[in-house]
Amino acid sequence: MRQLFLVLIVAFALPAQAALNVLATVPEWAALAQEIGGDRVRVASATTALQDPHHIDARPSLIARARNADLLLATGAELEVGWLPVVQRESGNPRIQSGQPGYFEAAGAVRMLDVPARLDRADGDVHAAGNPHIQTDPRNMLAVGEALAARLAQVDPANASTFRAGHAAFAERWRALIKRWEAQAAPLKGVAVVSQHKAWAYLYDWLGLREVAALEPKPGVEPSLAHLALVRDQAATSRPRMVIRAAYNSARPAEWFAREAKVSVVVLPFTVGAPEAADLTALFETTVQRLLKGL
Amino acid sequence: MKHASIGMLAALGALASFPASAADADLQSLRDEIAQMRKSYEQRIESLEKRLVQAESTSTQAKAAADKVATQTARAGEGKANAFNPEIGLNLQGALTKTTRDPATWTMQGFVPPGEPDEIGPPRRRGFTAQETELTVSANVDPNFRGYLNLALTPGNAVELEEAYFQTLGLGAGLTVKGGRFLSGIGYQNEIHPHAWDFADAPLAYTAFVGNKLTTEGVQVKWLAPTETFLELGLEGGRDNSFPGGARNKSGTGIGAAFAHVGGDVGASNSWRAGLSYIATRPGGRSYEGVDGTGLATTVSFAGDSRTAVADFVWKWAPNGNAKERNFKLQGEYFRRTEDGSLRCSERDTSGACGGAAGITDRYRSAQSGYYLQGVYQFMPRWRVGYRHDRLDSGTPSFGPTLVVADLPQLAPFKPTRNTVMVDFASSEFARLRFQVARDTSRGAGRTDNQVWLQYVMSLGAHGAHKF
Repeated sequence: MRQLFLVLIVAFALPAQAALNVLATVPEWAALAQEIGGDRVRVASATTALQDPHHIDARPSLIARARNADLLLATGAELEVGWLPVVQRESGNPRIQSGQPGYFEAAGAVRMLDVPARLDRADGDVHAAGNPHIQTDPRNMLAVGEALAARLAQVDPANASTFRAGHAAFAERWRALIKRWEAQAAPLKGVAVVSQHKAWAYLYDWLGLREVAALEPKPGVEPSLAHLALVRDQAATSRPRMVIRAAYNSARPAEWFAREAKVSVVVLPFTVGAPEAADLTALFETTVQRLLKGL
Repeated sequence: MKHASIGMLAALGALASFPASAADADLQSLRDEIAQMRKSYEQRIESLEKRLVQAESTSTQAKAAADKVATQTARAGEGKANAFNPEIGLNLQGALTKTTRDPATWTMQGFVPPGEPDEIGPPRRRGFTAQETELTVSANVDPNFRGYLNLALTPGNAVELEEAYFQTLGLGAGLTVKGGRFLSGIGYQNEIHPHAWDFADAPLAYTAFVGNKLTTEGVQVKWLAPTETFLELGLEGGRDNSFPGGARNKSGTGIGAAFAHVGGDVGASNSWRAGLSYIATRPGGRSYEGVDGTGLATTVSFAGDSRTAVADFVWKWAPNGNAKERNFKLQGEYFRRTEDGSLRCSERDTSGACGGAAGITDRYRSAQSGYYLQGVYQFMPRWRVGYRHDRLDSGTPSFGPTLVVADLPQLAPFKPTRNTVMVDFASSEFARLRFQVARDTSRGAGRTDNQVWLQYVMSLGAHGAHKF
């Protein structure tokens, strides 16, 4: 009996030794984990860049993946509240439950913007902890990366030095890149823009863009014609230079507004995996270039 | 220090420019000295430049430091007293219904009436009606358990305990155990709460075979296989206080259910789940009030084996998996129930087909089946249309040796059908308004009922994540 037990333990422990199974809710954290963990991690993302991370089904395939995950990377700040709790519960996997080392929330490592002063669903789909789209500021990648490297080391102590080295190499390269992007994006400082969804608070904070209006009347509420017309009328005085939407957003509201207000539409990748955003570097490279083109 | 070195450099420069009257050797040593000093200055300038570069890049570092302080303060603020309070949610549902026949006369011809009617089946009242109001409370109990409560406040001013259970969070090895009263894991729609349904009422098959929903009061053990493809096996055991069980006084398990579900993705745009379930129970005296062949009021009660098999599948499509714009959901379930046991028929009167007050006990065997198939299409954000087809087959029950089908008109064979069309509008994911029309032949041939619904579903407060 005891031998059988040993065999079972070995059988279960073996696959875990090969590489750490990491399940990220969104592609940006999957990409970051890959940068830091290299071949010591096997990373999968629950969503793609073309999906709205607020509205994902707790699909059977996600539950099956969560079952074998050693580390679950989430954004937190209620971004995944509509589906992740079901995936965690149904997985029957004790490692990735909230409060365990195997559950990591990126939002815990950065300063949140747009934290609402009051919580009322009359204000739309508000997040109590603040705007969850933290990945649009590359400086947040450094903060999240540092916390993530420490967490990877905690979950898989055998490879701790690898994760530390992986993070150090990433951070050095990333700082240089941020400097370059900041230099390139200098002309964007103070430029007035209109967003389709309030998804870019961190990007604007980084580059100094000014959001003068959003096409969604309330966060998560689809743009209505009446509201679009209102934003168009406001544009006469606020004079935005461009309207910004994510690759996963519907194209129509931004296009309508661009036509009416005679501004350019800028489609930003929003996350890794969108067209021309194969990895983290390309994500910000494309973001900066497209913004500059929209001027 | 810097000024001093510049002064020294100037002095040396002056020295170097002296007329060439000094000895060659002295000159050479001076030149060497100057070269050395130049080298050391170049090194210093280089190091200063490096520091400058570092100072420039600290805009990133400064942000990181400021953010760290800010996040720590924010974390500290999270320790509010209500952080430990459970999540509380409320679902308000109500409807305006119009039916061509009196809802009080509703029966499902050919089928045993499925227990006490509730608000989630066929319309019970006409006109304005508040449907069930669901109050949910849930929270993690400790690192190992989660607790969940769902109370239904009925329009009849009663409080019904819909669900009250605990669930394990981290048993490991893919195992999850649930205990208490909960919606059984059989089929597909059974575990979904009415506020998340795509139509205003339950499919006919659910009404006929499990009384709109199967609730287990007992224990459920689920195991998720460690495979890439989703494979889940479950076992349930509990008391049989809901249809098709009932009225058995017994220690141990009164109803048992087993289910298996598989599922996966096909590309980025499609996902599916299919399953097989089995419900076994042995009602001890499941009874209904009816009439016999001559119209006399009778009480009919069944005791014996009741076995139900369910096959379910659901297919969801959304372009690139982004359901926000457009999506389609195809869902169908097939039920088949066989019952074998004794049927006791008695009357208040002294005479009649059922043998009067003394009653007649006879053998009863039946095999009944039914299915529904529905498709719901979201053609633009917030707007959906759906069609559902219901069909049941009562089969012909066999009695013997005394009773005949004609003695029990309720069980005379019939094949009820219903066609339903709905359109709904969601102003957000928390509020939905629905218009639904149905043509229902459950009452029997020539007694078609046309039903019109105008329904609202509103969700307040913490709103738990939905299942697939």
